[in-house]
Amino acid sequence: MPGLIAYGAYVPYHRLARADIAATLGTVASRGTRAVAGYDEDTTSMAVEAARSSLARDGLRTRIGQLFLATAAPAYLDKTNATAVHAALGLDPHVLAVDMAGSVRSGLGALVTAARSPVPTLTVLSDLRTGLPGGGEESAGGDGAAAFAFGGHRNGAPVIAELLAHDTVSDEILDRWRLPGAPASRVWEERFAEEIYVSLADKALSAALDQAGLDRDAVDHLIVSGLHARACATVRRTSGVRSEAATADLSAEIGNAGTAQPGLLLADVLDRAEPGRIIALVVLGDGAGVLLLRTTDALPAHRAARPVAAQIAAGGAPMPYATYLSWRGLLDREPPRRPDPEPPYAPPAHRRNSWKYGFVASRCEKCGTRHLPPDRVCVTCRSVDAMTDEPMEHVPGTVATFTVDRLAHTPSPPMLVVVVDYDGGGRFRCQLTDATEADAVIGARVEMTFRRTVTAAGVHNYFWKARPVRTGETEGTGA
Amino acid sequence: MSSHGIRDRVAIVGMGCTPFGEHWTRSADDLLVDAVGEAVTSAGITLDDIDAFWLGTQASGVSGLTLSRPLHLPYKPVTRLENMCATGSEALRNACYAVASGAYDVAMAVGVEKLKDSGMSGLSGTSMPGAGDDSRGEITAPANFSLLAPAYAAKYGLAEEELKDVITRIAWKNHVNGARNPRAQFRKEVPLERIRSAPIVAGMLGVFDCSGVSDGSAAAIVVRAEDAYKYTDKPIFVKALSFVAGPADGLLDPDYDFTTFPEVVVSAQEAYRQAGITDPRAELALAEVHDCFTPTELVLMEDLGFSERGQAWKDVTSGAFDLDGSLPVNPDGGLKAFGHPIGASGLRMMFEAWLQLRGEAPPERTVSTLAEGRSLALTHNLGGGPGECVSFVSVVGSELTD
Repeated sequence: MPGLIAYGAYVPYHRLARADIAATLGTVASRGTRAVAGYDEDTTSMAVEAARSSLARDGLRTRIGQLFLATAAPAYLDKTNATAVHAALGLDPHVLAVDMAGSVRSGLGALVTAARSPVPTLTVLSDLRTGLPGGGEESAGGDGAAAFAFGGHRNGAPVIAELLAHDTVSDEILDRWRLPGAPASRVWEERFAEEIYVSLADKALSAALDQAGLDRDAVDHLIVSGLHARACATVRRTSGVRSEAATADLSAEIGNAGTAQPGLLLADVLDRAEPGRIIALVVLGDGAGVLLLRTTDALPAHRAARPVAAQIAAGGAPMPYATYLSWRGLLDREPPRRPDPEPPYAPPAHRRNSWKYGFVASRCEKCGTRHLPPDRVCVTCRSVDAMTDEPMEHVPGTVATFTVDRLAHTPSPPMLVVVVDYDGGGRFRCQLTDATEADAVIGARVEMTFRRTVTAAGVHNYFWKARPVRTGETEGTGA
Repeated sequence: MSSHGIRDRVAIVGMGCTPFGEHWTRSADDLLVDAVGEAVTSAGITLDDIDAFWLGTQASGVSGLTLSRPLHLPYKPVTRLENMCATGSEALRNACYAVASGAYDVAMAVGVEKLKDSGMSGLSGTSMPGAGDDSRGEITAPANFSLLAPAYAAKYGLAEEELKDVITRIAWKNHVNGARNPRAQFRKEVPLERIRSAPIVAGMLGVFDCSGVSDGSAAAIVVRAEDAYKYTDKPIFVKALSFVAGPADGLLDPDYDFTTFPEVVVSAQEAYRQAGITDPRAELALAEVHDCFTPTELVLMEDLGFSERGQAWKDVTSGAFDLDGSLPVNPDGGLKAFGHPIGASGLRMMFEAWLQLRGEAPPERTVSTLAEGRSLALTHNLGGGPGECVSFVSVVGSELTD
């Protein structure tokens, strides 16, 4: 039986309190917080974090045959963003890596395509929702990513949730739209689309349940996802499943992450669902789609290392609204009087893909010394070209010394810099992120995270940073 | 293999040094012409008497034409070189070896840097393409050297506030000295509290913990020791020249603890061996060291053997390195007050040794150790940062041994 073999989610560390938007702009306050991607994150870097989390188990990475990245906020146009995820995961060069970018519905498309695919497929949903200051899109939006690996057939990996059925209906409907380059979506009067969506959801759910030979009472977890909050609430209330099956949409804690929202909600349910439970994932947007899954006995042993709830709980204190605005490019700040940051140069970046994207260092075959970045000559025994690859992305470390650089170019000054000594050897100096100055201390425990360090001359520079170990566990030695 | 010093084989017989500072109205060419002119005048020669030139600059020009063009030197060998902040010292080292080898009778070392035209704070950087992997980081120079501070405090059990007092005193001392130097960029004493409470730049470092960004040039004329008295009755003899480029393993190797520059230790020991020095704290009359940032000077006191490990902060506090201390350090104000135009700094340090050992420093900053009969000066210059740097140490003296 085909189905889900792995999943993982990524909720960024930062939070924006909706009340602070209102306090700054003098508007009416609404409750709760939304998740905010760091100044050093975009949909590609968040996709990497979610994918790393989903494939943390040994051997999973080598099973993946294709990779889809779905987002409505692609970091690049023309250039594929999924290849950066592919590089960061160190997937085989023959693995197809393509974007499904542009619309929020691409998340549903990627999930259904992966679920239907005869090749084990990793699909990553990532989104970064921005609106104009003071608008509903800004307040209700959220940022995050989720990753799902489908396979199981001829694959050897245990299926944690079988795919029982799926159905999609498509409908051309002008309920929200955004011209390329525009800062925010525009939305038609909400009540116009509500009836349409409720009807479409009913059709898709009926079709999927019919295929699976189930009735509505069989659904244990009903997830309704979409940017049309009013329609989602109505579907949740009137779908005919048992009322206790309807799950919360996490919007009070992290907002609505658009393309990634069905993924985040599904991951959250998988974090806690018991074996043998029926999950109905209903996604609204330019039609409707339904995936029906049944959790298996393998689920409890193979849940994601970082549950959604734990990531929500580990979020930082709400950030100032002005900081959010400057991170989103909506508030230009004076740059330091320093030379502009350099973009990466294409040939050296390409030569070092495995280091830059994969954080693969080297280890001397003669004396065992680790080298970050990888070297040809051993720093200890001077052996030449006697190195083996040494993946370091999962290795935690300890801060040896640190500084706070108030002069350096960074979208969020000051820049925190730490010298990290890794467990088992090796040292590297890098930025510390998702942290305050109080986190930069000798002896602090850190782990690595994939980030966009800077965008210069229209080029995103991706690299790894350290972040404080917060969730108690660190990912196991993966892949 | 072994290195062979050239003790007492060459001498410096002429020097020049422009004032360091914000030379808005002067170009690198102007500064070079001034420093070179002062040097040849002090040696009583003309440019035609100089056989070969070594020009040090990090970013203010490439090739020997950087020097030959403004001076219109007629068909002379001019080598442009660069070794980060030790560039000026490297120019001198190469000129000295050229004369010692017998290849030339008279050589000149020149250093120059024009930083203020960039409009930037700190170094304007080089034009090398980035590695594209961001692994060399965009960390600034003050941040790089500030890595020393928490490591030193942690290793020797100082509270951050205590260490801040120590580095504040280093800046205060160098400003006191610079205030007595008409060529220095900053010529005012700065109260301790103002230094201590200045806006923070990086880590523990405030703006007064950082050397001045400035423009300047300095030059030296080198001849064989036996010829020295033809040019001046007060030549400075080269006792030791030592330079190392480290293996750059400190940012790779967890054994490096950020409280020392191993490159400095090695180059200092080699220089002391060449010069026959066994107790630098007692034998040297003065030291000009690379105080790019105040924690650097603190650590250098231990690396250069002036203080025991873990003790430099006490010696700093007790005034051992003050103008009237047991070993005056940076009597000209150092990089801190004199300013730090990269390619010129190494030769500027030598210029202070030249003035002091010849008795030509103004009385208000003449080191008292000379009156005790000491006749040796040390210059130290480094480039890079903690964990990966180049280090230069020279010893010069006003008397020939034996």
